[in-house]
Amino acid sequence: MRTFIVLLQKEFLQIRRNSFLSRFIVAYPVIIMLIAPPLMTMDVRNVNVAVVDLDRSTTSRRIMSHINASECLSLVSTTSEFDAAMQVLEKGEVDIIVQIPDHFERDMVVATSERISIIANAVNANKGSMGTQYIVQTIARTLSELRNEKSSNQLSELVTVQNRFNPTLNYRHYMIPALMIIIFILMCGFLPALSIVGEKETGTIEQINVTPVSRLTFTLSKLIPYWIIGIFVLMVVMIVAHLVYGLIPAGSVGVIYFGTALFVLTISGFSLTIANFSDTMQQTMFVMFFFIMIFIQMSGLLTPIDSMPEWAQKITIILPPRYFVDILRSVYLKGATLAELWRNFAALGIFAVIFNALAAITYKKQA
Amino acid sequence: MKNNFLSFVKKESLHILRDKRTMLIVMIVPVVLMVLFGFAISTEVNNINIAVSAPERTDGVKDVVDRIAHNEYFSFYGYIDQEQIDKELRSGKVSVVVVFASDFDRRMEQISAGVPSKPIIQLVVDGSNVNIAGASTAYLQGILLGTASQQAMFETRMLFNPQMKSAYNFVPGIMGLIFILVCAMMTSVSIVREKEVGTMEVLLVSPVRPVKIVFAKMIPYFVISFVILVMILLLSHYLLDVPMSGGVWGIFSLSLLYLLLSLSLGLLVSTIAKTQVAALLISAMVMMIPVLLLSGMIFPIENLPEIFQVLSTIVPARWYIDAIRKMMIQGVPLMAVWKNSTILLAMTIMFIVISLKKFNDKLE
Repeated sequence: MRTFIVLLQKEFLQIRRNSFLSRFIVAYPVIIMLIAPPLMTMDVRNVNVAVVDLDRSTTSRRIMSHINASECLSLVSTTSEFDAAMQVLEKGEVDIIVQIPDHFERDMVVATSERISIIANAVNANKGSMGTQYIVQTIARTLSELRNEKSSNQLSELVTVQNRFNPTLNYRHYMIPALMIIIFILMCGFLPALSIVGEKETGTIEQINVTPVSRLTFTLSKLIPYWIIGIFVLMVVMIVAHLVYGLIPAGSVGVIYFGTALFVLTISGFSLTIANFSDTMQQTMFVMFFFIMIFIQMSGLLTPIDSMPEWAQKITIILPPRYFVDILRSVYLKGATLAELWRNFAALGIFAVIFNALAAITYKKQA
Repeated sequence: MKNNFLSFVKKESLHILRDKRTMLIVMIVPVVLMVLFGFAISTEVNNINIAVSAPERTDGVKDVVDRIAHNEYFSFYGYIDQEQIDKELRSGKVSVVVVFASDFDRRMEQISAGVPSKPIIQLVVDGSNVNIAGASTAYLQGILLGTASQQAMFETRMLFNPQMKSAYNFVPGIMGLIFILVCAMMTSVSIVREKEVGTMEVLLVSPVRPVKIVFAKMIPYFVISFVILVMILLLSHYLLDVPMSGGVWGIFSLSLLYLLLSLSLGLLVSTIAKTQVAALLISAMVMMIPVLLLSGMIFPIENLPEIFQVLSTIVPARWYIDAIRKMMIQGVPLMAVWKNSTILLAMTIMFIVISLKKFNDKLE
């Protein structure tokens, strides 16, 4: 036990003495939490529209003013020539062209009119399809308004929407738990690995190897500091989330701490395992970078897992962050309880045991 | 003099070649990530799980449910009871519940007869996932409000990406992200390592000029990244079906410039950092954040707050990704993105000049 405490002291001393590392550990999460949340929106807003008005009627003018009034669309140019609009689209100044055919208003009554064309720049598939959807809705609303102007029945009023858990659809609240997880992944993924490989490169690991310290003690002494750092970081980011963004967990704070403790342990154990297999810092960094990129991109942090192809969804089963994303988002926003999330906790627990056992086993005392 | 430059390049190359494992990892990592993300990631929202809660399953209800179930964006979860709504949403099994009013059919008739009516459908959405909430509301309102005749009024065309593949939008983004981080991670240790191991002094007292030392360190890595680039371009074209309509050579030469930029950025980090750990942390952890957030890779630039739109102009990946998207998918030639190329070139020169200056300072 004494050796263990001494080893722990050594780790903390090393972190504290390294002025870059100690400042980094404190500053990194705070700065990211302050800067990043306002940046992380995938909302499709600001869709720029050009209208090619061949009809030049009251109806077409009505449509244009409705497009301009819509909060997601803005009318940037109106022309009477399709080619001109196309040029603006190619330059990237416009995302969608709406062409209203000649005699549209006149023929509308007979319902045999030529159709309205919507041409979207679909390089960004999401923006293209959502933008088109907005346009279709706006025009449909305009037309139904024109048709039964006397009737008080607005089709759009027949459907009401209730957003549970996040009534204002605040993007920041949705992204902050994800951002917290990214911070945990980056810090507890890179730092423990670097500390082991650092010892390998400077040769101090051999000094440990010749002492009677057991593998488990050594591994634990590398793990626990990052575990404590992880919990400390959680405290910091939760305070920032509360003070700056007014986000308070809907569920129990205890469940959040428990989940984070498990997750940080899992990632640090994984990091140590990778370090045991590598001989240079660069190798460690590249391999860790590989997995961290996969963790960040494929765990549903930034893009939905449900949109992935079948095989990719299967891969996510073995990604520990996937379970933690569920936990943190549901507890923070939906107030989910431990009982509801027990599967996720069990999965994280299993990963934590596997990776840390691997870390202890793969650490070889003979260099 | 030329000779000692060559022998320097040889020495550096030997260092890298000797460590086969690192080299293999360096080459494989970006290529695998590229293929994986190109196939797997989609910023589009689909397969949204949707449940229906209706007091009675009348023909009118069934008709609407049928339309929802056949929509490509939704997958129909089933009918649930009113009391289950909260539980299903909280557990995340369902993202939206469509709740029908009790006398849906009769009210629909009244509405078509022009009689005013209270709301007849309520969408209860899991707002905790803002992406899915926004998209599903928009799509559902389209389905519910748009009668068949209205839908037929529109003719839509998706330019440049008719099959709506996310890969088209994503591949340039991933290239921008991976190249800059991987290249910076390669060179960022190069000079620091010499400092740490103590061979820096040997270099400093040698008659080789600093420019040569710096370039000699870059050349072998440039060759490696060249190979990576070729592999990635081949894979994106033949495996991911990304069009290269703007001309392969344009894309290729701009990417080479970007690689050079990333390598010199790594060198700059290397001249500034005091330890290998610091160098690697800066080139991986610190740089990852602006590249993820400010490059337009996932989060569109036009959504950023004003200040950050300005700030994003100093992120090289932003210019590269924008240019590559235009060249790969819209089929714009290299000449049309001259602004992006000039900015990238200027940044590269700046990075090299600053690293040389920093390196020289060490000499004194």
